[in-house]
Amino acid sequence: MTETNLKIRSIKNIIFRTIIIGVALLAILPLFFIIFYVIKEGLSAINWEFISSVAKPIGESGGGILSALVGSSILIVIAVIIAIPIGISAGLYISEHSDSKLSSMIRLSVEVLQGTPSIVIGIIGYFWFVKPMGHFSALSGGIALALMMLPMIVKTAEETLRMIPFSLKEASLALGVPYYKTILKVILPAGLSGIMTGVIIGIARIAGETAPLLFTAFGNAFFSTNILKPIDSLPLLIFNYATSPYTDWHKMAWGASTVLIFFILILNITTRIIVNKWKIKY
Amino acid sequence: MENQILTTENLFAHYGDIDTIKNVNVSFPKNSITAIMGPSGCGKTTFLRCLNRMHELTPNAGSRGKIILHDEDLNKLEPIEVRRKIGMVFQRPNPFPTMTIYDNVIAGYKLNGIRKKRIEFDHIVEDSLKKAGLWEEVKNNLHKKGSFLSGGQQQRLCIARALAVNPEIILMDEPTSALDPIATKIIEELIVELKNTVTVIMVTHNLAQAGRVSDYTAFFYLGDLLEFGQTEKVFTNPKNEITEKFLTGKIG
Ligand SMILES: Nc1ncnc2c1ncn2[C@@H]1O[C@H](COP(=O)(O)OP(=O)(O)OP(=O)(O)O)[C@@H](O)[C@H]1O
Ligand SMILES: [Mg+2]
Repeated sequence: MTETNLKIRSIKNIIFRTIIIGVALLAILPLFFIIFYVIKEGLSAINWEFISSVAKPIGESGGGILSALVGSSILIVIAVIIAIPIGISAGLYISEHSDSKLSSMIRLSVEVLQGTPSIVIGIIGYFWFVKPMGHFSALSGGIALALMMLPMIVKTAEETLRMIPFSLKEASLALGVPYYKTILKVILPAGLSGIMTGVIIGIARIAGETAPLLFTAFGNAFFSTNILKPIDSLPLLIFNYATSPYTDWHKMAWGASTVLIFFILILNITTRIIVNKWKIKY
Repeated sequence: MENQILTTENLFAHYGDIDTIKNVNVSFPKNSITAIMGPSGCGKTTFLRCLNRMHELTPNAGSRGKIILHDEDLNKLEPIEVRRKIGMVFQRPNPFPTMTIYDNVIAGYKLNGIRKKRIEFDHIVEDSLKKAGLWEEVKNNLHKKGSFLSGGQQQRLCIARALAVNPEIILMDEPTSALDPIATKIIEELIVELKNTVTVIMVTHNLAQAGRVSDYTAFFYLGDLLEFGQTEKVFTNPKNEITEKFLTGKIG
């Protein structure tokens, strides 16, 4: 090969690399732009009062998003309490019996559920829970969110548990440990970090959901912790404030958006930490 | 004979409807080491797993015939009891990755929900690790996870875990095949030591290892037990033609 040939090659390489990097940057640019913009608008709204007090009536300045923060927390806790046992059991079942009919049915349902638009989940929550109960409630909102996060948990639980080598189960069975104890005390603990990751990603996914809550939790202008009553949440608050005609409220919507983004960011960082720190070597 | 600890009578084992182990009758003497040999796929692992009733856990698998421990029929005991009396060490070291070294050793108690006083457990841990020749290396790290141990150390941890429940017999399926020569040597020496406390039945592919370690050799071929006897005799003067071919490297 001649000198010039080599040179042309390396120039081609450089051009190619530049293009790839440029396109990659282009892809993350919108993300940075959004985060930058939200923080720029929202950060100035955030202070102690914003986080720790409830909304003031229209016209009065000040006030905060405490009811939405508490409401979101309650909704997430309800969703997690419902989705974790169901999700882990389903994931465990399909990882243990991957060939069974029931497993393929569960897998299909999970796919369908994951593809279901969140507004449809909201409507389902409305007809199944809100209507029979006769009013909007945090409980129905939590159930709708649980449905939203269920596929994530089932999938990560299955993948994690399936990765656990069979030799580990054998080690336990060879010590005379019954099957169910082997699952509870050996297999699930070995999969804990993976399952936790799934749960946290699931939480990050539902934290910003608005559509399912419109029909279920509905929102509440007042502070409430009663799970049988309507409850406010961050995304609902952002929706209501941002579509209102008041500039004060717009500012609060930006502030709440910033809080929400930081919350989700922290969740994502937490999963990274769990994945790295709790990594299990077999 | 007087000192037989484990005997199989007309033992058959199958996967689906294929018999993998065919009519095996053998008696293992107490406090001895038996090497199970034979070409790949002849049923060594299957036979070994019958002996502590692990075989029946495989889907569609089962066995017929009798296995007698002292004078008790294994099939009449609870599997949990069988596996406490007859421990197992696997080809690849498989310590529990979520547990500390200490908890790994007493896993047979902890996982089965058997409670004991702290000092008793301390004693069991020290004793088992000493028997497994691992105590000196880990005594200052008992409460760390076992995953930083080398492969050979992990395998000795697994042996300690098997010893901790005071089994009468330990089954080993190619316990050194995943290890380097030095770790292998340590484990071989350990197995010879173990003879004082337990009876060892081990599968090995390594003729030299069988020669160094075992008192008895059982030779399997296509699911039949072709030959069983003192290793010396089997090695120097095999009765069966196929055994001889195997020993001279013509098959296997
Ligand atoms: N889970 C299983 N399902 C069906 N057949 C099996 C299963 N495990 C083993 N077999 C078959 O049973 C026969 C004996 O297998 P086994 O594992 O006992 O042989 P082995 O002597 O231990 O071989 P190796 O020396 O390679 O470990 C083989 O023909 C194998 O294909
Ligand atoms: Mg084998």
